[in-house]
Amino acid sequence: MAKIDINKERCKGCLLCISVCPKAMLKKSKQLNKRGLNFVEFQDTGSCVGCSLCAVICPDCCIEVYK
Amino acid sequence: MNKVYSRPKALKDVSTHYCPGCGHGIVHRLIAEVVDELSIRERVIAVAPVGCAVIAYDYWAFDCSEAAHGRALAVATAIKRVRPETIVFTYQGDGDLAAIGTNETIHAANRGENLTVIFINNAVYGMTGGQMAPTTLIGQKTATTPLGRDAQLQGYPLKVSELLAQLPGVKYIQRTSLQSVQDILKTKQAIKEAFQNQMNGLGFSLVEILSPCPTYWGLSPLKALEWIKDVLSKEFPLGRIK
Repeated sequence: MAKIDINKERCKGCLLCISVCPKAMLKKSKQLNKRGLNFVEFQDTGSCVGCSLCAVICPDCCIEVYK
Repeated sequence: MNKVYSRPKALKDVSTHYCPGCGHGIVHRLIAEVVDELSIRERVIAVAPVGCAVIAYDYWAFDCSEAAHGRALAVATAIKRVRPETIVFTYQGDGDLAAIGTNETIHAANRGENLTVIFINNAVYGMTGGQMAPTTLIGQKTATTPLGRDAQLQGYPLKVSELLAQLPGVKYIQRTSLQSVQDILKTKQAIKEAFQNQMNGLGFSLVEILSPCPTYWGLSPLKALEWIKDVLSKEFPLGRIK
């Protein structure tokens, strides 16, 4: 069982994390953050393996991984 | 649950000014991770360039100096010679290192200064508004080459790593990219090796990183990574150059 924590105010919505998630657990939010950008949300379906690919590719270091 | 991945201590807990999908943020983090892993935060001194990364010193939690445009390696030479116990690296883009700073770059490399250079190649000038850089590809459209770079008019993409590899003072040159997670991890390994070379007194080490600039390539962040893989890395082949 693993999970990630996305700092939505730091997220710039580049969506690179969505492209690398092997379990397709990340989704672009319909909401905006304070910068006015659609941030990325983690949909916890229980299948996150904590592979950290999303955190490695994130240019803004806004993902923390827990395992 | 244990935290298995989080912000390295050498990276300040602040937001960067970079555009969405910019490679600078990734490389800043990789350098911070390497500095933490080698436990050299108290010894390392960065020299920031002029370019998009001009305020890199606001993001790293270790000592940094700023240099005049292109002169990062001259400043780094001075710091390293006065304080040989420090670990000095420059962080430069293609405009800083390969255009205005070509002179300083070639001579620092030729002197075999025991320095580490992180060279960000995104084939365009970012800070000034997307003009042609020496590394811009033939046919690539920029603000100053609206019809694409023409070799007859603007010459050919400058391959700095291959140029420097001929110099006897240079010990290590590796070209990597940020096109995938695997390549990002390889980049981190290369940065680590370049730092370790300096710690072991081996001499001049340079890591050239092909980095995305979605804004001035006119592509989405994901398409920019594909463009590195399909186009940019064909002109600038990846791997160990020296």
